[in-house]
Formats: sequence, C-alpha cells, structure tokens
Amino acid sequence: MAKKTPEINSSSTADIAFLLLCYFLMTTTMGQDSGLQRRLPPMPDKNQQVEDQKVNRRNIIVVKINSADRLLAGNEPMDVSQLKDKIKEFLNNPANDPNLPEKSPKEIEGFGVFEVSKGVISLQNDRGTSYQAYIAVQNELVKAINELRDDFCLSHYGKVYSKLDEEKQKIAREAIPQNISEAEPKDINKR
Amino acid sequence: MSKFGNNSKKEMPGLTTSSLSDIVFMLLFFFMVTTSMRESENKVAVKLPEATEIAKLERKDLTSYINIGPPVKHLQAQYGTDARIQLNDSFKTVDEIRDFIAAERDAMSEADRQFMTVAIKADENVRMGIITDVKQELRRCSALKIMYAARKNAAE
Repeated sequence: MAKKTPEINSSSTADIAFLLLCYFLMTTTMGQDSGLQRRLPPMPDKNQQVEDQKVNRRNIIVVKINSADRLLAGNEPMDVSQLKDKIKEFLNNPANDPNLPEKSPKEIEGFGVFEVSKGVISLQNDRGTSYQAYIAVQNELVKAINELRDDFCLSHYGKVYSKLDEEKQKIAREAIPQNISEAEPKDINKR
Repeated sequence: MSKFGNNSKKEMPGLTTSSLSDIVFMLLFFFMVTTSMRESENKVAVKLPEATEIAKLERKDLTSYINIGPPVKHLQAQYGTDARIQLNDSFKTVDEIRDFIAAERDAMSEADRQFMTVAIKADENVRMGIITDVKQELRRCSALKIMYAARKNAAE
C-alpha cells in the first residue's frame, strides 16, 4: 500500500501574512490630496504685442489683497465674509444694472439659449500677502460661483449641481463660467 | 448508559485556524492595493490653509508636488527659517522648477501629459511673493494645470 503524502503544515502562512500586513499597515498613507484647482493663463508670446484686452469696465471686478491681508473688491474695502455676496451680485446682475456686467445670449448645447454673464473677476495680490488670506479669497470666489451653479441647477433641474449627471454639470458650467483671472504680478513694493 | 453521561470523556476539538490565513490575506491585499508609498521626505514644514470648496485630486500618479514652507526644525540651523521650495528630496530655487517639470513630464506617457497637474503645497504663513514666482515659472514651462492644496475646514 502506497504511503499517504503528509499534509503541508500551513499554520505558519497566517504568521507570514500578518507580518506583511503589519508592514503595509505601517507604510500606508490613505490621505487623499485635495485643494482648489485652477488653470493658469498661458505665457504671452514674446513677439505678440502687449495689448490690453479691451474689456468693458463694467464687466470686470477687481479684487485686491494688500500686504496686510486687507481686501478691496470693486473699489470698496470689505471683509472676506462679504465677498461672496458681492461676487454673486456682480455675476448675477438680476436687475440688469448698467454698472454691473452685461449678459450675452449664448447657445448651450443640450439646453438652449441662456443669458451668460460676461463678468470677469480679476484677482490681484501683493508679494507680501499671506498665502492663507489668498486661499481664503480664492475659496470665497469659488464658493460664490458654486452657489450660483447650484441656483441654476435647482431652478432648471430641481437638484443641486453635485447631484446631477456629467452632461448637465457641463451645461451648468457653461451657463455660469468660472472666469477668474489671476493678474500678472505687479511690482507694487518689493520685499 | 445515559445519553449524556459520557460527554466528559470526549476530547475538545481543536479550533480550526485554516481560514485565518485567508482572512489575513484578504486584509493584506486590501492594504497592498490601497497603499501608496511616500516618495520623499518632507524637508519643509507645511501646514495647509483651510478651505471649504475643495475638490479631490483624481489622478495621483499624474501629479507633481511642489512644497513651499519654512524648513523643518532640525534643518533650521542650516537653512534658516525663511520659506523655501522643496522639489523631490532637496531644496531648490525657482529656476530649477523648469528641470523638475521637464523630468516629471518625461516620466509620463504621451497620452497622460496633458493631464499633468502640479499641486502647490504651501504653508499658510508663506508670503505670496514666492508663490507668484513659482506660478510665473510654471506658466513659462506651460504646466498650466495647478492645484492649491488645502485641507477641509474642520469647523464644517
């Protein structure tokens, strides 16, 4: 009678696996990076004449942060907490105020014609501005635009922006564009 | 001769541990898949600014990091406390960003290059001057997709 092959003792595989597990547990970093995403404007061509783009005065709001982190939006000093409403009013222009940006009808694919605001937010900062204040202002600008998009989505689709599918989000993005221009740095006062 | 009387003579069966390794292996695979090794040691202390409207970064493998902040405690004696730029594993100047971006770009496949994102991880107390310099340099290298790294506001 043939001898039975002895079974392989597998009790130590658990120990080996535990060892590996502990190693990966120690080295793992689960944190996901998050932040505010932006697109920088491309560098102007050297042979291209520096020509100020003619943007109508009413279509632009200048947000300035100085070296003491003080904020100036549309020629009036204000607190960061007030900025969001100011921007929303600026972009929305519900009463068609001639001092606020004009709107132009634009054909949006899959939606129809919508009066898109031509407003541009121009953000300027000093070299001495703290990063914290800069991000706080950037955050408020994004918040204003996100809330406008939510309003748009709620009135047309009955849901907030984040709950809609990709196609409708694209429509909302075209209807409320994110026009934030990070101006060319100016040498206000070198540090 | 009763039905229950002779139980005490029976040996207690051993606990089967054969499935233990399966369970552990399952956990192991989970961590192996989700793990991402830290590539470089932080030489600058970065406390990210807070923000509420943050978006998650989709492709971690297509992201290059630029850390900006004051050097960590034990390097302050050597490098001072002024904000510095860290690329990969060492302190660099603004001019060296160009090479860094070029190297990062080369490491990516042709199709992925347009999705390359540069994450600027800057300490909340650095001045905008250094960040503006970095931004201008990135524009010159036409690495236009950037992200200001921020952390979620704890209060909300």
